Amino acid sequence: MFKLSDKGLEEVKKELNRYEARESAIIPSLYIAQKENNGFITPEVIKYLSNVMDLPESRINEVFKFYTMFNQKPVGKFHVQVCTNISCALEGGREMASHICHELGVQYDQMTTDGRFTVSRVECLGSCGTAPMMQVNDTYYENLTPETAMNLLRGMK
Amino acid sequence: MAEVKLLTEFYHLDDFQTLAGYKAKGGYETVQKALKMQPQAIIDEVKASGLRGRGGAGFPTGMKWGFLPKNNEPRYLLCNADEGEPGTFKDRMMMERAPHQLIEGMIISAFAVGSNKGYIYIRGEYTYPANVLYKALKEAYDAGLLGKNILGSGFDFDLDVYRGAGAYICGEETGMISSLEGLKGQPKLKPPFPAVQGYLRKPTIVNNVETLAAVTYIVRDGAQAYRKNGTEKSTGTKLFSLSGNVMKPGNYEVPLGYPLMDLLMNEGGGMKPGRKLKAVIPGGSSAPVLTAEEVAKANLDYESLAGLGTMLGSGAVIVIDDSQCMVDMLGVLTHFYAHESCGQCTPCREGTGWLNKILHSILEGKGRLQDIDLLLKVADNMKGKTICALSDAAALPVLSFVTKFRDEFEFYVREGRSKVKGTTYAEMQH
Repeated sequence: MFKLSDKGLEEVKKELNRYEARESAIIPSLYIAQKENNGFITPEVIKYLSNVMDLPESRINEVFKFYTMFNQKPVGKFHVQVCTNISCALEGGREMASHICHELGVQYDQMTTDGRFTVSRVECLGSCGTAPMMQVNDTYYENLTPETAMNLLRGMK
Repeated sequence: MAEVKLLTEFYHLDDFQTLAGYKAKGGYETVQKALKMQPQAIIDEVKASGLRGRGGAGFPTGMKWGFLPKNNEPRYLLCNADEGEPGTFKDRMMMERAPHQLIEGMIISAFAVGSNKGYIYIRGEYTYPANVLYKALKEAYDAGLLGKNILGSGFDFDLDVYRGAGAYICGEETGMISSLEGLKGQPKLKPPFPAVQGYLRKPTIVNNVETLAAVTYIVRDGAQAYRKNGTEKSTGTKLFSLSGNVMKPGNYEVPLGYPLMDLLMNEGGGMKPGRKLKAVIPGGSSAPVLTAEEVAKANLDYESLAGLGTMLGSGAVIVIDDSQCMVDMLGVLTHFYAHESCGQCTPCREGTGWLNKILHSILEGKGRLQDIDLLLKVADNMKGKTICALSDAAALPVLSFVTKFRDEFEFYVREGRSKVKGTTYAEMQH
């Protein structure tokens, strides 16, 4: 059964009173829950949030499904998101993404067997002048080459 | 011509990020001046400055403010920091380097429009800039620059940051409002415009980061001084995000009206060795592409680019050199719009998907010659038929790429491989 930590629950309650409308707390609360549920959201998490937030499951679910930063299935400890939109594509972002997958022996959006990495191709991250780039969890890594990207990833424990 | 650093003058200083560093360069002096002015006088100054929205639409800011009802009804000031237009990375730099510049611009703007509550809606991926903003907000509250009775003026303004969660459409102002209301980020039918009925159905002003930051300088120096940069109709300076196949990509602040070729060759350091300019997308991925011949005639102002059938947009200048395949690049864009359509309007939801499928069947060597006209026909049917501009934004690159580089598309269909690269899509290794 999913349950937030006391601190997480406290944070959700704070979010509920933080904005002009209670529903505005859905996105922040999904972030809090995702962090405590190993990086992804399940129907059980939605049910739990629905109870503590006193909002219908369907309301939380529609928000969850709409936004790309909420994961619908487990991701690795390091979620590697490589931008493949136009500015990065012009500078080798797609080749870098495919190199990383090849080196890690996975397909896109598939977790490595040791649970360390999931590699995804994503849309523009606003780092176009420093292409190619990748976002690993919350951090941007810029001005990469396929090799420097792999070196960074190998160093992540 | 050269850069004119009005907003970005002190961006090279690391401590410009802090309250002390910002104040050391005259920060928060203008807000003191503004709070002693009549709100209408600030609105008039912004109107007279000719400032136009820097997020993409280029709508006159003072006029937008003027649409608010003339009564005491509570109203909101929202900062659109959901920077998502491919090629754009200026707002991120502004928030990272100068969070107080945005906050000061918001206090002055809120005072002008009579708002006591504001939010900065920042895209979810921008974790670092969001943290910089949180820290700056705390500094501003502690210094009495936000909250009740700001600097003893009797004016109250509360400001908070709201993080999105990954959706391009939330950069559309009514989509952003939906998202802030805790809904899917789907745009709303206009009218009513947000100034009349926006966030929680209250009058709401939504302005871009760069627009709000510019307000301070207009109040500080006066509208006439602001107009000294730029052209008659495109006034002031603007940040341009230069990216793609160019030697020195980056953000550059230049006066509007600056020759596009100068930005590429001077600030951008020119093309890479041995490469020739093929095309430029001048205003973010939604803007129609320009050929190298057109680039030579283009100035970076709203009118010059409109005259060439494209737009200034967010100021994202994407440079494409002669090693690139236009069919391949258009495939990147059709994929993007199909992924980001919110699904609300049929022409967009279905159209973006069709465009992407047709284009990828061409890329995979399964295209027919009539598919090229089909792309144009589908794109044409997506224009001006939906609640927001995403559908048009998806159609415009298709129409311009196919029309201006038709030989590349025809070659690809006939040969099943790229005219430029000589290879098939599978062989392109992505």
